[in-house]
Amino acid sequence: MNSVAIVKEVIISNGIVLINNQEFFSDDSVEEDSFLKLLYKKLELKYSKFYKMDVLSKLGFLSVELLLNGERIKTESGETAIVFANRSSSLYTDIEYQKSIDEIPSPSVFVYTLPNIVIGEICIRHKFYGENMFFVQEKYDKKFLINYVSTLFRTTETKNAIVGWLEVDVDGNYNAEIMLCKKI
Amino acid sequence: MIVVGSHNIISSLGFGSDANLKNVISGVTGIKQHLNHSLSDSPVQASIIDDSEINSACEKLNGLDGFSKLEKLVILSVNEIIKDIDVSSPQTGLLLSTTKGNIEYLSKNSSDEGARLDFMAQKIARYFGFVSTPHVISNACISGVAAFVVAKRLIDAGFYESIVIVGADVLSKFIVSGFQSFQSLSTEPCKPFDINRNGLSLGEAVASVVLHKVISAKPGDVEIVSGAIQNDANHISGPSRTGEGLYRAIKNTLLNQNKPDFICAHGTATLYNDDMESQAIERAGLSEVPVFGLKGNYGHTLGAAGVLETIISVQLLRKNLILGTKGLDKLGVVASIKVGKENRSTPLTGVLKLMSGFGGCNAAVYLKKYE
Repeated sequence: MNSVAIVKEVIISNGIVLINNQEFFSDDSVEEDSFLKLLYKKLELKYSKFYKMDVLSKLGFLSVELLLNGERIKTESGETAIVFANRSSSLYTDIEYQKSIDEIPSPSVFVYTLPNIVIGEICIRHKFYGENMFFVQEKYDKKFLINYVSTLFRTTETKNAIVGWLEVDVDGNYNAEIMLCKKI
Repeated sequence: MIVVGSHNIISSLGFGSDANLKNVISGVTGIKQHLNHSLSDSPVQASIIDDSEINSACEKLNGLDGFSKLEKLVILSVNEIIKDIDVSSPQTGLLLSTTKGNIEYLSKNSSDEGARLDFMAQKIARYFGFVSTPHVISNACISGVAAFVVAKRLIDAGFYESIVIVGADVLSKFIVSGFQSFQSLSTEPCKPFDINRNGLSLGEAVASVVLHKVISAKPGDVEIVSGAIQNDANHISGPSRTGEGLYRAIKNTLLNQNKPDFICAHGTATLYNDDMESQAIERAGLSEVPVFGLKGNYGHTLGAAGVLETIISVQLLRKNLILGTKGLDKLGVVASIKVGKENRSTPLTGVLKLMSGFGGCNAAVYLKKYE
């Protein structure tokens, strides 16, 4: 356990963004897609794929942009792991896909009906080849995730880990609580 | 060290690991054409577990009213393997590997609760009386092999003494229409690594296994030696042409290990997957190692696949038998790998199991038999 140092935290929830518990951005438009698009503009990112992502991927993508901003993390390498958990898996997008089945099922929606797709989006953005894992659990078991990361630090090439909770529930309520962890 | 304990497979090829092994050795396939409007309005090549067999198997167990088809299958399978373990110990873990769980509930207009993966895992845990919190591993098609890797790490680190892994998925219109929308389904039973392969066949299965911590291995024991889960960082719905993530997963898994005696590939029979796998295997210097795949027997059983195919691999290690690949006629992939059509008996010690999936994820696990 003592091999894991938490060096930075980002929270995105209900229209507020906190970085290390300091408010970074807030807006009254708490509705998921519009708030995340506002945040994207605020960050002045140029990554057109963002608009194709589902809400879970948008949430994870932006959380990680904030988490890694100003950090020196090696890309094109396997030394950064991503370990996420949530309660609702990809249900919010599953429901959207289910509605489309009897009309024209869309491959671009179907692909997001897996919770680990957000990890793929982040790996593509930052060229991370490292360890991946997505757990589905009833509530945020932070201790379990950090325990798992400690096993990665001890037994794999992992030196950094992006770890935490990334939830979009069936009503579209979103909550990201993620940490940057380093091996010590 | 961590060894493979009791295991069970339920699929279109039978109830129980032995029945399944016998059928794959004989080259039987469970894939056939189904015209079932609850799955698709057009015919689909798939391997499907017969409902009447599930119902008659369920008669042996009590209290299964209110459980879904998938949950019944999970209970039937896990019930066969937990006789020797103490589920009431917090040191006994439960990992459920699934991609879509009870997704069928969404079409029935019932509450979303039934479709939740965490909810399903808790139902299973409660049925058997597990006291530890169950964990769901939902990492697309690699989930089953990823569960072996995670279980090994958690037991090695002392969080558990033993872990029950259960991989499970059944087919639904949701899943079938999704793969149809990607145009990735084969019109015939799938042909892994074949020059004329034109897509995958879907399948349903439940497979479960107990992994134990032991102080030393007995003859015949199969150890989970190492594993890795790596990303392509390339595309969310297509594999890397260079096999980057899978190559890295193989390299990290085999670090400080001997070359495996055979490889159980993912081998979905899509054009891109099988080419990618051949690239990764060749890059890892394993072109001379015999490769086989089981998708021609079972189709792609999604969250069950990694567990099912690893169990078959363990049984083959013990039998010193390498399988020919069902559905393969003429090998045709971009890189040099050895995939055969015929079964072959030969002394075996180590097997490498590979999986790749949407999101660019790849997993490998290496298992070794003790004489």
